[in-house]
Amino acid sequence: MIRTILNLVIFTSLFALAAGCGSPKTSENSSTKTTPGLDYGDNSSLSGNITIEGSSTVEPISNRAKEKFNGSFPNVNISVSGQGTGNGFKALGAKECDVSDASRPIKQKELEVCKSTGINFYEIPVAYDGLTIVVNKENDFVDELTVEQLKQIFREDTAAKTWKDVNDAWPDKQISIYAPGIASGTHDYFVEVIGKKDGKGLRADEQTMLSEDDKALVTGVKGDKFAIGFFGFSYYDANKDELKAVSIVNPISTKSVAPSMASIESGEYAPFSRPLFIYVNAESYQRAEVKEFVDYYLQNIVEIVKDASYVPLPADIYESAKARIMKDLPGSHYLDAEGNKREGSVTEVYTEANLPK
Amino acid sequence: MSNTSAGQGELLGDAVSPRGKLRPRSSAASKRWQTVVVTGLVFCALVSVFTTIGIILMLVVESWGFFSDDKIEIWKFLTGTKWTVGQTQGELSYGIWPLLSGTLRITGIAMMLALPMGLVSAIYLSEYASKRTRSLLKPTLEILAGIPTVVLGFFAVKFITPYMLEPLGDFKTFNATSAGIAVGILCIPLVASLAEDALRAVPNRLREGAYGLGANRLEVTLKVVVPAALSGIISAFLLALARAIGETMVVALAAGSTPTLTLDPRMPSQTMTGFIVETFKSESVVPGTLSYFSIYAVAAVLFLSTFGITLVGQIIRMKYREVYD
Repeated sequence: MIRTILNLVIFTSLFALAAGCGSPKTSENSSTKTTPGLDYGDNSSLSGNITIEGSSTVEPISNRAKEKFNGSFPNVNISVSGQGTGNGFKALGAKECDVSDASRPIKQKELEVCKSTGINFYEIPVAYDGLTIVVNKENDFVDELTVEQLKQIFREDTAAKTWKDVNDAWPDKQISIYAPGIASGTHDYFVEVIGKKDGKGLRADEQTMLSEDDKALVTGVKGDKFAIGFFGFSYYDANKDELKAVSIVNPISTKSVAPSMASIESGEYAPFSRPLFIYVNAESYQRAEVKEFVDYYLQNIVEIVKDASYVPLPADIYESAKARIMKDLPGSHYLDAEGNKREGSVTEVYTEANLPK
Repeated sequence: MSNTSAGQGELLGDAVSPRGKLRPRSSAASKRWQTVVVTGLVFCALVSVFTTIGIILMLVVESWGFFSDDKIEIWKFLTGTKWTVGQTQGELSYGIWPLLSGTLRITGIAMMLALPMGLVSAIYLSEYASKRTRSLLKPTLEILAGIPTVVLGFFAVKFITPYMLEPLGDFKTFNATSAGIAVGILCIPLVASLAEDALRAVPNRLREGAYGLGANRLEVTLKVVVPAALSGIISAFLLALARAIGETMVVALAAGSTPTLTLDPRMPSQTMTGFIVETFKSESVVPGTLSYFSIYAVAAVLFLSTFGITLVGQIIRMKYREVYD
């Protein structure tokens, strides 16, 4: 709810700002509404439409970028929609959007569609999405969980009743679950990891409390010794004195990894950390409003990402992204010449050498 | 609206001055003045009537969007024991009972606290308390009535649950008892103040008659005054009941957002109002979808319950009313 109110405040203030900028150019207007360092006349003269499609997880980031950008450039009309990463790439290939938001790198099939329609794109990683599983501070039996155990706890088909059902050594106490509501990208992401492939969702029974309000989830887990819950890493980070984060066993290395900025960045904290991307249509980038927007996006990226409660990438990634655009180097870093997916952290994969020649 | 009130003020001015001079005004002017005042009064009365009609219309129209959906069968809504609207992206279960029982559970707990406490306070204030005590107690009750419900909800989560309930047993962070107690606290001043009015309205000669027959104070109170004020006390109870059913903020904060069908008071317990708030503020509500219409279907059930209680209240009041004069 707090977030809703905040959004409202942001929206209202932006609206006021936009209205102020849009009104006739009186002298007092231009003196109060200009952004430092930017000429008022130039800003309002830039107009046009930008269409952003794709991941609902990246949508908040793009929305922040849009709000901020419209604060300085009120006459550029930006539509952001979050119909999913796959639909975003579809729209990109069909020339229906200028920017495609993605919570995973482009797939070979999607790349081929783009090639067939003659679309070139710049691949820009914007943030990390890390998801943290938390339990009560007094919980002394759970330190780490495997993905299998998480499935047992959270999935609708297994829906473990007590902790003992998951591990015989654990107490015979009812598990209570606190999870983000179904409108949340975090919910989707979690479901993607634990059950989407089998067509299974998160359980919705009497032991589960869903809320769109992360604060309610924190309060819930805090007050209930046998609770478990999850939300974005940044929210855990802000409440880490009151909760205990569970280490997750990396399914590939089988090492148990605690969530932290470092382990999320390195990709060790798997499968609950992933980079998020935007894909910019290179042809659209030739248009002044798209160029201005994307440059602005990258210029203010750290602030935008933090505002949207995600983890920023290392600064040199953003620098390389700017360089890709500047040198006009389109293509995906994540697919090699044979169309195989490259694995690894962003820092490892996002190198100029990995770009198609 | 503003035009009307400005016009009234003007007319009020020249209506007062003749009375001040004790001179009867001309009958034509007086008649015109009468018409204006009556129109104004009727208008004010109609505003509330039309608001009610508007709300009922909205509820009917929008919940029609729910019940007319092919996927919805009304008997499943009325008898189903599972509610997963807003909880899952899979197949929806839409039985109202978890939400309805949540409301009833919390209201029940609240009434167990508020009715006896309220009535006893009322009896004390009206029959026993000295003038001085009453002059202290009544304002205190009124302060309690003035506490914003959001504060009480917070109080329930941060105080009642961890310090009063958790030592007693395995209570969840958000549970029916804690919310029920907070709603009860909310209703005490309402019951106390209305019941006290009813008790004080009992004419003194009844008390004096009873004393004359040798009754002591307790007997007078319980056997004469309370029965005489029964209709007023019952309407106080019913008002508190309707208040508790409609209470939203406390339950949204303290009762959790899990719809449960259980008698266990330690479990979370989403109420009808709680569901409406949670769903309305969630970003998943797109107008035209089933979850959107379900808000109105639940609201219609909520409205019918409070409406029913008000109706019963009217009937009881008429039936048990005792007139003394």
